[in-house]
Amino acid sequence: MTLTQAEKAAVVTIWAKVATQADAIGAESLERLFMSYPPTKTYFPHFDLSQGSAQLRGHGSKVMNAIGEAVKHIDDIRGALAKLSELHAYILRVDPVNFKLLSHCILCSVAARYPSDFTPEVHAAWDKFLSSVSSVLTEKYR
Amino acid sequence: MVLSANDKTNVKAVFGKIGGQAEELGAETLDRMFHAYPQTKTYFPHFDLSKGSAQVKGHGKKVAAALVEAANHIDDIAGALSKLSDLHAQKLRVDPVNFKLLGQCFLVVVASHHPALLTPEVHASLDKFLCSVGTVLTAKYR
Repeated sequence: MTLTQAEKAAVVTIWAKVATQADAIGAESLERLFMSYPPTKTYFPHFDLSQGSAQLRGHGSKVMNAIGEAVKHIDDIRGALAKLSELHAYILRVDPVNFKLLSHCILCSVAARYPSDFTPEVHAAWDKFLSSVSSVLTEKYR
Repeated sequence: MVLSANDKTNVKAVFGKIGGQAEELGAETLDRMFHAYPQTKTYFPHFDLSKGSAQVKGHGKKVAAALVEAANHIDDIAGALSKLSDLHAQKLRVDPVNFKLLGQCFLVVVASHHPALLTPEVHASLDKFLCSVGTVLTAKYR
């Protein structure tokens, strides 16, 4: 799946806004993930997953930073996330299904904070973008 | 996901062996899919889906031919299946989840007809190949 020019523009535009609250959105997305999809917690036995936990916030930041990198290099997501792709393939091995769940939670968090910007077109562009990111992160699994 | 040189060799070897019975295997694949996953029948309200139906045989032949085509152009599956990709995107719109189901049934059929052929390594290569085909056929959906 490829992003059209219009879709890339939509992603970049919304990101400019999202970036200003990236850490909070990251933490909120993870919170939503762990609450709606408890099995995802199994990947974090070493974390304090209570609301507002420092580890949650720290990890949320990491996730959003990576997404920011992908936005910056939206024409070469694969190149930009090559190291992360290897990390997920050889060490983390997060089941691919979970990327859809996290992407969904990120969409919800963004929609909640920017309702008027999150038009159906922008929603579709973001969903395609996050699907691309997920594909890149799971592509070296086998 | 990228097919390694080994994967390509394995896939070509499989199709080299089964190429001659491709139509039969295609029909059996569909039959199994309709049985194991009845919801897939909803895409064929215009077909006679009873055992031995000529329409299922004919359609199995088409599906098998496409897989053979993809295997023969394994370095450029997207190019080889470009028209089919358009057809699925613009007309058929088969939900992507069904490609996995069809792929699974195809693996079962190959395994049952050629048990010695489908070693764990060859199985993995064939599965990756079928996933690639599914990805190509759904790439233009949006």
